[in-house]
Amino acid sequence: MMSARRDDGIGQWVLLAYRIPREPSRPRIAVWRKLERLGVARLGDGLVALPADARTREQFDWIADEITEADGTAMVWLGRPTTTGQEQQIATGMRIARAAEYQAVIDEAVGAQAGSGAERTRAVRRLRSELHRIGRRDFFPPAERDAARAAVQALVGTDILDSATEERA
Amino acid sequence: MKWATRAGVHIDRAACAWLIRRHVDPDAVFVFVTDPSAVTADATPFDMRGVDLGHHGGDCTFETILRRYELHDPVLWKIAEIVHEADIDDERFDAPEAPGLDVILRGLSMICDDEQTLRLTGPMFDGLYEYHRRALLLDRPPA
Repeated sequence: MMSARRDDGIGQWVLLAYRIPREPSRPRIAVWRKLERLGVARLGDGLVALPADARTREQFDWIADEITEADGTAMVWLGRPTTTGQEQQIATGMRIARAAEYQAVIDEAVGAQAGSGAERTRAVRRLRSELHRIGRRDFFPPAERDAARAAVQALVGTDILDSATEERA
Repeated sequence: MKWATRAGVHIDRAACAWLIRRHVDPDAVFVFVTDPSAVTADATPFDMRGVDLGHHGGDCTFETILRRYELHDPVLWKIAEIVHEADIDDERFDAPEAPGLDVILRGLSMICDDEQTLRLTGPMFDGLYEYHRRALLLDRPPA
């Protein structure tokens, strides 16, 4: 991640402070879903944060626009926690959330192990997409990340590779 | 005409600049700003917060420009799907090219200034257009 780190190790964060009307619920839920997908840290009511980089800043900008278009108010800020302890607390929360998502992938991969070649091929495709989605919002990778990748890769047996080659030929 | 966008161009802005030059304004001149308030009155802003040519209703800016300028070319809409996925990655479209394009643009933006990025990506989008034009005519991958 390209978040700017200062000498004391504290990184820059991008914050979105927003209010969005309760009704209609559709835009409110759409915004909520987008924030979940980005893996934001929820710092308070209507205040979310992500480590700042070109992509996260831009994503918050667009969501802020979307909130404004839904008659809400939104501001995007850049900031740093004043102590490493606070930052670690947020990072730990995000790491635990991702770890649970990776664990779900591991469980599914292990569960798919006994399936036929075709079933495992489908599972590999689906779980790789899931790994990609989780990876996009994984700013503080937990140990489960490598385990999840390995578990999905382990599904790719030689019989699958053979059938893929046949398909292409 | 003068067109303004945010500095540090990525996939959506690079694709929009190409689209504008090829299909909207052949004499387009692009300026890059870091703050929306720095856009002068004679420039049309795009892919920035709070402007007409931005993200709207789930569309990325490339799609917004296609709609605003009534560009109905199906090849451009195919490219729009790729740009949308490379930019927003919300799985609205099946665009396997998108993650690769996203990485190429992110890498370029690390070693090039915005002018250079546009110069390098111009022929890339020309090629992408030609590929999908032939694919559409043949109704299968052309090569």
